[in-house]
Amino acid sequence: MNGAADMGGMHGFGPVVPEPNEPVFHADWEKKIFALNIGMGAAGIWNLDTYRFVRESIPPPQYLNLSYYGLWVESLHRLMLSYGIATPEEIKAGHAIEPVKQPPRPVTAEQVLNVVHCGHPYNRNARTDALFSPGDKVRTKNMHPHHHTRLPRYARGHVGEIVRIVGCHVFPDSNASEKGEDPHWLYTVRFDGRELWGPDSDPSVRVCIEAWEPYLEKA
Amino acid sequence: MAHDHDHHHDHDHGSDLDEMTLRVRALETILLEKGYIEPAAIDALIEAYEKKIGPRNGAHVVAKAWADPKFKEWLLKDGTAAMESLGYGGRSGNHLVALENTPAVHNMVVCTLCSCYPWALLGLPPLWYKSAPYRSRTVSEPRSVLKDFGIELPKDTEIRIWDSTAELRYLVVPMRPPGTEGWDEKRLAQLVTRDSMIGTGFPKRPEDLQ
Repeated sequence: MNGAADMGGMHGFGPVVPEPNEPVFHADWEKKIFALNIGMGAAGIWNLDTYRFVRESIPPPQYLNLSYYGLWVESLHRLMLSYGIATPEEIKAGHAIEPVKQPPRPVTAEQVLNVVHCGHPYNRNARTDALFSPGDKVRTKNMHPHHHTRLPRYARGHVGEIVRIVGCHVFPDSNASEKGEDPHWLYTVRFDGRELWGPDSDPSVRVCIEAWEPYLEKA
Repeated sequence: MAHDHDHHHDHDHGSDLDEMTLRVRALETILLEKGYIEPAAIDALIEAYEKKIGPRNGAHVVAKAWADPKFKEWLLKDGTAAMESLGYGGRSGNHLVALENTPAVHNMVVCTLCSCYPWALLGLPPLWYKSAPYRSRTVSEPRSVLKDFGIELPKDTEIRIWDSTAELRYLVVPMRPPGTEGWDEKRLAQLVTRDSMIGTGFPKRPEDLQ
């Protein structure tokens, strides 16, 4: 989707301001919302791609006005509503009112530490041969789907070169819509900066993205 | 019912708590009351990322690559296996690609779409990495972003940006500082900064340690 999260190439946000000796969290609520988001991710109710889609679906005026962890608060709020975990009345009241329909199996410390230490690999067995090889010229599709995609706007409709076959990976565009993992070949594609940003841009810049096969066509 | 809730709300929360604290407390309370998550799981996650997992992991990997050419070769060829041999991996570290900086090529990592970052090696990202200025400008004008970090690279150095659009995570292996011949891994690790592993900084020099 063409949401506020897709920021590559936008202007007007000002300088990058590093903070010396920055703490991991800036407030206690940030710690909590971080742990609640990651912890609930381990509950298996939604997947990582659904989760990202919910966040990037926050309307641009609201998205751009929220702090980083403010976006995590808004995301979890929306997920709890859309998955029937809480009602708007409960969130307003700040505690449970409705009885739980299906008692969940609570996420435990053991479970979350397993996620921390083992993660969740995204590579899958391939059902077909990879269509492209390193050195091939490819053009990214000009597409503007309303659903989740990991092809950034700035990299659509441009010619690049395959530099690596990464493997066969879960396809976020499908997984986010809960249509299954539908794994596809994933490639690293390198673009010359001038292909993306025009002939007057810095000639020393190269930009690499990861692109799934359905994003690409032979150039 | 409604009256009771309002009453409870006023007493418990008070007006001195900020909006985000109240919102998070509401979500947390509902999840705990309905039994979706145990309090120990929340504490375990905070402890893991606040106290245990951080850029020292990545510094260990980079220092080992500097000290051991065979390990470096392996790391650049199969980052995931090499990293796992040192005991690192897991969430945001299942698929790792190491990028070697050279006098000709400078690598820089970004996630324009969200905030993907190699947690397993660097911990949680700093605020600037997740900020709109960094996410918007790095792919189109990396030299001006580097200037915000006080860095200027030679004009003919290729700047290679890696936008983390999939579940691959990137670790920049910066150039080993001169004057460190014969140093062991442990000593070398002290020179490796977080930003040098993202591509927005350089390692410390030996004289910086004194």
